[in-house]
Amino acid sequence: MDCVTFHVNGRKTTVRDVSPTTTLLQYLRGPLHLAGTKEGCAEGDCGACTVVVLDAEAPGGPRWRAVNSCLLLVPLLHGTHVFTVEGLRSGPGDEGLHPVQRALVDALGSQCGYCTPGVVMSMVEACHRTDLDAGWKLDDQMCGNLCRCTGYRPIREATSSIAGLCPDDRLRAALSGKRDAQPSLDYATDGLRGSQRFCIPTDWDTLFDVLERHPSHRFIQGATDLGLDVTKHGRHFDALVSLQGLSELRRLDTNGSRWSVGAGVKLADLEDATDHAVPPLSRMLRFFGSRQIKNSATVGGNLCNASPIGDLAPVFLALDATFVARGRGGERRVAAEHFFTGYRETALQPGEVLARVEFEAPPPTARFASYKVSKRREMDISAVSAALRVHVDDRGTITSACFAFGGMAATPARARAAEAAALGQTWSEQTLEACAAAIGSDFTPLTDHRGSAWYRSTLAANLLRGFYADVADEPMPRLPDRPTGTLLGGPRA
Amino acid sequence: MKIQPTPRSPLHQPALHESGVRHVTGEARYVDDLPLPPGALHGVAVTSPHAHATITRRCADAARAMPGVHAVLFAEDIPGSNLIGPIVHDEELLATTLVHYVGQAVAVVLAESLESAQRAAAAVEVDYEPLPSIQSIEAAIEAEQFIAPVHVIARGDVEAALRQAAVRVTGEVACGAQDHFYLETQAALALPEENGCLTVHSSTQHPTEVQNEVATVLGLGAHAVVCEVPRMGGGFGGKESQATPFACFAALGAHATGRPCKVWLDRDTDMRMTGKRHPFLGKYEAAFDADGMLQGLWVKLYSDAGFSADLSLPVLDRALFHLDNAYFVPALRFEGLACRTNRPSNTAFRGFGGPQGMVVIEEVMNRAAHALKLDPAQLRAKNFYGAAPRDRAPYGQEVPAEHNRLQRIHETLMRSSDYAARKQAAAAFNAGSAWVKRGLGYQPVKFGISFTKSILNQAGALVLVYADGTVQLNHGGTEMGQGLHTKMLTVCAHELGVGVESIRVMTTATDKVPNTSATAASSGSDLNGQAVAAAASEIRERLRPVAAGLLELSEDEAADLRFEGGVITHPNSAKSVPFADVAHQAWVQRVSLSATGYYATPGVGYDHATGSGTPFYYFAYGAVVCEVEVNGLTGEHRMLRADILHDVGTSLVPTIDRGQVEGGFVQGVGWLTCEEVLFADDGRPLTTGPSTYKIPAFGDAPLDFRVDLLPKAPQPGVVHGSKAVGEPPFMLAIGAVTALRDAIAAFGEAEVVLSLPATPEAILRAVEHVRAG
Repeated sequence: MDCVTFHVNGRKTTVRDVSPTTTLLQYLRGPLHLAGTKEGCAEGDCGACTVVVLDAEAPGGPRWRAVNSCLLLVPLLHGTHVFTVEGLRSGPGDEGLHPVQRALVDALGSQCGYCTPGVVMSMVEACHRTDLDAGWKLDDQMCGNLCRCTGYRPIREATSSIAGLCPDDRLRAALSGKRDAQPSLDYATDGLRGSQRFCIPTDWDTLFDVLERHPSHRFIQGATDLGLDVTKHGRHFDALVSLQGLSELRRLDTNGSRWSVGAGVKLADLEDATDHAVPPLSRMLRFFGSRQIKNSATVGGNLCNASPIGDLAPVFLALDATFVARGRGGERRVAAEHFFTGYRETALQPGEVLARVEFEAPPPTARFASYKVSKRREMDISAVSAALRVHVDDRGTITSACFAFGGMAATPARARAAEAAALGQTWSEQTLEACAAAIGSDFTPLTDHRGSAWYRSTLAANLLRGFYADVADEPMPRLPDRPTGTLLGGPRA
Repeated sequence: MKIQPTPRSPLHQPALHESGVRHVTGEARYVDDLPLPPGALHGVAVTSPHAHATITRRCADAARAMPGVHAVLFAEDIPGSNLIGPIVHDEELLATTLVHYVGQAVAVVLAESLESAQRAAAAVEVDYEPLPSIQSIEAAIEAEQFIAPVHVIARGDVEAALRQAAVRVTGEVACGAQDHFYLETQAALALPEENGCLTVHSSTQHPTEVQNEVATVLGLGAHAVVCEVPRMGGGFGGKESQATPFACFAALGAHATGRPCKVWLDRDTDMRMTGKRHPFLGKYEAAFDADGMLQGLWVKLYSDAGFSADLSLPVLDRALFHLDNAYFVPALRFEGLACRTNRPSNTAFRGFGGPQGMVVIEEVMNRAAHALKLDPAQLRAKNFYGAAPRDRAPYGQEVPAEHNRLQRIHETLMRSSDYAARKQAAAAFNAGSAWVKRGLGYQPVKFGISFTKSILNQAGALVLVYADGTVQLNHGGTEMGQGLHTKMLTVCAHELGVGVESIRVMTTATDKVPNTSATAASSGSDLNGQAVAAAASEIRERLRPVAAGLLELSEDEAADLRFEGGVITHPNSAKSVPFADVAHQAWVQRVSLSATGYYATPGVGYDHATGSGTPFYYFAYGAVVCEVEVNGLTGEHRMLRADILHDVGTSLVPTIDRGQVEGGFVQGVGWLTCEEVLFADDGRPLTTGPSTYKIPAFGDAPLDFRVDLLPKAPQPGVVHGSKAVGEPPFMLAIGAVTALRDAIAAFGEAEVVLSLPATPEAILRAVEHVRAG
């Protein structure tokens, strides 16, 4: 039986005898006696537990990523490096403070101090990023850290003062160190409720062996949703199978207009890659979740979760993407439209994994935008999300229409009646008004704490109305720097 | 340790947060971070799944038999009193025959790990017979379930004013609950000591109450219990009275098992079990003359107290005391009732009812501005308190014109924020934009400072000087992030003339300063600051002759000695001696180097029966202009800019005060916009974590945030001319509602009807209403 090994603040730690569903936060505060990292919610929604993890396989080379340690299960760290707030100092006294720490103290960016260790670690990622060249990127970097005291102004100032500093610190040294490929893992413990196993296969054959040997397995990727089963529901897992050892899944390839996105691609990387190239995708990713979540969560995790409010699904529906499943027998291609078969159910068969998503970048004739509306702009779950796409020919006639919605039904779904109201009609405000009128017959949404049925229905119609104005000047607009929402609905001075 | 003296007094100078370096390095310790002694147990409460029910059976046999479980405690296992409560003892620590809300504790399980305690708690069998429950203010009014008889404040002939009004505004306004969402959840660690005594480390704003309630529950004298507070990861009122039950659980466990016991709540449990800001319903009728002068105001206020009294009556009082906000009301009748519902007992939260009261008058002002076709800022300014006779608050207290800074703040802010020009610019923008509109809001605030229960306005301190010249500072206040320790350090350093580096602020502990009041009501630095100054200056005066002796000065010359920067200097002769040498010499001469300080606010008192008196020592003032952009298709909004000018007197530490102003404002905006506490019809809470309950995030702060402190504004009679700052800025956030209404109004002609909190859904409803005409 393997042990889980990883480095914390430069020191190697070897994990035996703790349940594989132990979170990194529990392990830090418990066995490692590193109480600096705090628990604020245990659901990845406050950021007090933020640490940085070395991602050796990031597209642009190894980098540090801020992540929520409350959701990460310890075996997911196998073979990697973690830094916590305790590991930043270069020496004792005020002189030994890391530039990030110094900046936050000087800005009075801490009051009660409880969110502070997490804020510091998100700032550490900011400090080692060289691409924070816009206001929204700074917001995006920090929006995963709730602070109840300061009102954020000092944290914003401190963060902008250190962004891209890339100091010669212990983290930078660790980046340039020798890196081994992701080691495989087969880890198990016995507990009060029976044994739990955690496997990281590093080749396909081993993966399929593991799946056959443990038919009651659950896949785990970034653990941003599955982690909640552990922290909120105390769920027991016979076998968890992580796909992080299959480096092929992290490939993101383009060939002309043809895109192939591995199921293991992290949302943060997808956002970077599509920022200018596929604005409908990057728009949806802007307010998708916190930086910590986007740093952990994967394309495959979001899609295979098959939640009606998984925000990638509508965009891939509107992109008419193909989902490529892989089993021991080879690959199978499923149209996005046929992938979501029911509430949290997909077309994947037992023994299959989602390998990648393929799609064509939309041609310039497409008018295409995506939307997400939630109670709070940042770090919230959609009330309604949508990806709206039409093609208009030279004469101004709509030749195809795809209006894909999340949050309106048990699965991500297309608004067929609204699409029919568009097809063959002139691209005009009136036509979109007719679509908005028609969408009422497409969905019967729920009322819950994110919004009433009235709100969801009204939003769905209004997104169609606003879509016309949004794509008037530019067929596939990117979001401006700090918009009021993803739907612009008109000029912004 | 080599101490570098500060060259001059740190008073009124910018300073960093006293714990800042420890915060950013992870060294700062909170209760949950304290290393557990060997044998420590974890306590978990067994709670009611019903909002109202009779308990028919309780059985813990299976739970007690589970591995690692040391005790399951019911009400019968309490050696002292089972009844607790901050003012009246009307809550059972552990329910006996009835439960009154979902989440009420029935038993406490103590086990060797948190996980085993949680599993055992789930195995405790409690049978219930559900009873009908009251889940709203309206239902409580219907059932006439009130905590206390009506509280009335009245003057003049409001009926006549309403009859003669040129413009009458009548309606209702409701505001919702707010979860404190302190980042550190409730936590306590109880350590048993010799002879039945205990030390309880608690994350509480009120260590004396924890001490007293633990003693009551265990049947001990207060002297047997010490409560210590290392620091809190936020309080905001949520740990004023409601840290107490969890400390009692830990103490009860320690008493029963003889082992250290920790009770720490995960976020869901915390949000389920603890009370929130009181929701309020206000019914109003207001009379204005044709010029927009307020002539009369009738308001009936109802609060949702939850199942018990807790602090609901003083919260209601403060709501009534702030129905006037900054405006003189010639004739008025204010009535207040606290409704008893089957919800967790609602409690203190920054502003303590003040915000809920002000929401009513500000709704009146916004509606009157619409009716009178006046700019809402102008209407507000013309109704400000002023010279006599417009200087009497509804309860008769003078609002002294010489200290009234409303007009000065108003004029300065109108200029600095460029209000008039920006109103025009917003109108021009709106004219060219169909779906996106901008609006501005102006909000003045007048907030009364003092505990309205007058006896609470007292504080103590204990200063210890060691023979090497270093100092330990104890005071009765607790640090929850607001910077109280930073300010007290500054006051102490100023009085002793030493650098802040040579002073250590000690953990707040009831064995150092007894009988303290909660750190609440924005009073922490006013009260404790005076006590610290008294203690430190007493020691300084004892050191004066010692220093004079060392410098060979006469008694007369001793009076001229200056204590500054760690050195005691005689200005005329330029003779000086280090503070440390004098401290050492005092020890040699057998002069006492410790002193207590004590302070009681003079002249405050209020008579409930007549609704009159002087509840406040003084008033704090401030104002904001904020601008929002609203999307009329989705209801989303963003705050583009906020300009605040706030009166903190002569700030003790301006950097700290700015933080309070900014943080309070954003927290208030959260209450009024994105924060929505929801319950199911049967009383189950639906928002029990940040995934469902949305406090402001990074991008919800104003994009352009300008905060100034009013210069040259010393407050007489308060420590070094400063003023309280914790709560007043919270209420500036009501300006966001005015701004939103302004933007929404641009979508049509009809009067704006905007419910609170102004979530995107509420805003979209308001937009649709306005567009429908």
